[in-house]
Amino acid sequence: MSQYLFYILSLLTAFSAMMVVFSRKPVYSVLYMIFCFFTIAGHYILLNAQFLAAVHVIVYSGAIMVLFLYVIMMLNLNKESEPHKSNIAKTAAVVSGGLLLMVLVSVFKSADGLAINPAFDSQIGMVEVLGMVLYEKYLLPFEVSALLFLTAMIGATMLGKKEGGAQS
Amino acid sequence: MTGSILDTIHINNYLILASFLFSVGVMGVLFRRNAIIVFMCIELMLNAVNLLLVAFSTMHSDPGGQVMVFFIMAVAAAEVAVGLAILVMIYRNIGNTDINFLDKLKG
Repeated sequence: MSQYLFYILSLLTAFSAMMVVFSRKPVYSVLYMIFCFFTIAGHYILLNAQFLAAVHVIVYSGAIMVLFLYVIMMLNLNKESEPHKSNIAKTAAVVSGGLLLMVLVSVFKSADGLAINPAFDSQIGMVEVLGMVLYEKYLLPFEVSALLFLTAMIGATMLGKKEGGAQS
Repeated sequence: MTGSILDTIHINNYLILASFLFSVGVMGVLFRRNAIIVFMCIELMLNAVNLLLVAFSTMHSDPGGQVMVFFIMAVAAAEVAVGLAILVMIYRNIGNTDINFLDKLKG
């Protein structure tokens, strides 16, 4: 049962990821991206990472992609007649992407030592375990990421100001 | 106690899926001219890595991998906020978000 779920989810993920690249209109790309994020959240649930799946849906589909949609709406970029790269550049892009995939897959195929840990603990994706690890072992990175958010907030506000306001 | 999904699905499948997602992201960065789509493809690459981190975290029953995914998400959120602000600035200055017009640094 779960393996069929995995294959269906993987197909949907791969399809929507391809459609992000090949969609004509930017808004369709964003919608396919949101769908791709939902399928990745499904993968997280399959992998016993329930809390991470919820956070993924909230942060990516809820915040980041809404920001993208908002910018596309604000800049009125949803034109089908957007300039495209030349055919030779597109072919080069597809070929280099395919070559990268080939290299990665062949490297991973030859990797050994990927045995399954027999002592599987189904509780590691739960919020209690993750909270304990986050606030004990990774406390300093947590605080530093708060600083990062402050910096990002100030930077985005500064960048969003009008040019004249920055000069005066 | 039930086993994980990795008992039925080998980790190699997740490796292949994540490498496919990453390659699609790289291809999209090279393929499109709209800077917003390029930006979204970078998000796609980040997600491929996240998926693999969660898969290995489940495989080793180690919550450290999932905590790392939290930090990647936090950095991605900050990056998107600043990056989209930069894109809005670019649009205000040159009137579109085509990356081929961003050649002011070219000698």
